[in-house]
Amino acid sequence: MTSKLLQKLNSLDRRWIFLAMAIAVAAPILLQVGSDETPSTPTRRLFDQVEALPEGSRILMALDFDPNSSAELSPMALAFTRHCCLRKHKVFFVTLWGTALPMIDTTIKNVIQTEFGSGDHPYRYGEDYVNLGYLAGEAVAINQLTSDIRKARSQDVQGNSLDGLPIMNGVTSLKDMQLIINTSGGFPGAKEWVQYAGTPHGIPLAAGCTGVQSTQMFPYYPDQLIGLVTGIRGANEYETMLAAKAPVPYAEMRMRPASLRGGPQRWAHRLMIALIVLGNGIHFANRYSRRAN
Amino acid sequence: MSKFIPVLIAVLAGWVMMIAYFSPRLLSSRQLAEEWYTIVATIAMLFGGANLCLHHLKKISDREAGWGFSAVTLIAFTVTVVVGLLKVGVVPESVKSLNRPWSGQFQQEGSAFWWMYEYLFSPIVATMFAMLAFYVASAAFRAFRAKNVEAVLLLVTALIVLVGQTKDREITSLFLPAPSDGTAPYVPIGDLTEFIRKTFVTAGQRAIMIGVALGVVATSLRILLGQDRTYLGGDE
Repeated sequence: MTSKLLQKLNSLDRRWIFLAMAIAVAAPILLQVGSDETPSTPTRRLFDQVEALPEGSRILMALDFDPNSSAELSPMALAFTRHCCLRKHKVFFVTLWGTALPMIDTTIKNVIQTEFGSGDHPYRYGEDYVNLGYLAGEAVAINQLTSDIRKARSQDVQGNSLDGLPIMNGVTSLKDMQLIINTSGGFPGAKEWVQYAGTPHGIPLAAGCTGVQSTQMFPYYPDQLIGLVTGIRGANEYETMLAAKAPVPYAEMRMRPASLRGGPQRWAHRLMIALIVLGNGIHFANRYSRRAN
Repeated sequence: MSKFIPVLIAVLAGWVMMIAYFSPRLLSSRQLAEEWYTIVATIAMLFGGANLCLHHLKKISDREAGWGFSAVTLIAFTVTVVVGLLKVGVVPESVKSLNRPWSGQFQQEGSAFWWMYEYLFSPIVATMFAMLAFYVASAAFRAFRAKNVEAVLLLVTALIVLVGQTKDREITSLFLPAPSDGTAPYVPIGDLTEFIRKTFVTAGQRAIMIGVALGVVATSLRILLGQDRTYLGGDE
């Protein structure tokens, strides 16, 4: 009986594993099972920095990612922008990735225009936020921004001259920013912002990256990066802190994409752990059976 | 001569960028070099596109294995470039520019380029990324086995990090008595994960980064001195 089961497990078709993973991920998504996260220190430090800056501070939001990693990074970008708007900071969007332009558009549309586009003090384009768009040249583009923004780009993404936008008054280079927040999914990304903007010019810099990249970014924390938000868990932590700051409406699960993705991630991790344990159980059972024979 | 001039440009630009970092007097030269870099990078993109077309056209004409994929690549590339350049489906953004139908942005919502990005490119690359979960699960079951001491170390570390990355790390508190001061029970998995990440992983990463940086410095010096010419495409 036992040896039959062992034989079956030894020749288990990988499609069963795929099916189990599909169920583990799809069920929480369909049932809208979310999960809160206890904020970690690297995430909390960025949150506290945005809180500590005086109202109207200039924040450069560099979104360097594409749909490939948007599942992890898009909720992060939304949460950062939301927090900046809650604190009434001025936001400058830019990207070093050509494929990231729609990511900026989505962030502006979903957060600034939808949530902060009306009310007593609505966010106005050109006054409270601007989209500088895509800059070609990778790390050199960062260098250009640190010496003269207008040399890197004389117009915004809509073709307006930067000199005609009130938000650009008094802004000549990145050194006029109070904080840079980079959400990065690869090269060029957080590492380049550290090397060419943050460290050489002493501009406070924080980053959000994918879970896989976190090991490459942790050597820069906490000296070169004042805060580091990693993967969907980090985004979830940020959303949890936002929910505590403004429970209406951010405590609602529908307003928290990262928290909603925490559920599927949790179940996928549980399945992975179970598979590792089961795989090793089979391995030791095989060894025992070989020795017994 | 055909190699001397490119090497001279590279060496001069390199020295200007380096010296300008220390001397504000050379800031304008540095900005000029940066502008030229952007122009050259943009031209390189055009060359890249042309190279892609030539490479795949050759594969198709030679009927190499998988030439069908080359055809798909070429069609996708051509359609994307044409739709983007001609701004298909783009409308003027303001009433002032009604007589200039091309004044809208190429990636404007509702345009053909936006449609392709939203409903072709975005789902394709997101699917590629999502597929990883299935392969990693299969690999975890088949390959992640305690076959020797090194494998056991890797396995235990991976399990700790995996549990520590999720909310499940707090489940360990169920097996621990609550402290007398009424605080939550101590959660060792989360701390252990942080310890592994901050100590072992960061130390390893720093070593790699220092090694890479030293390599970059050595190569850069060779380029600045005109010794390294591999960037010209040869093996000199």
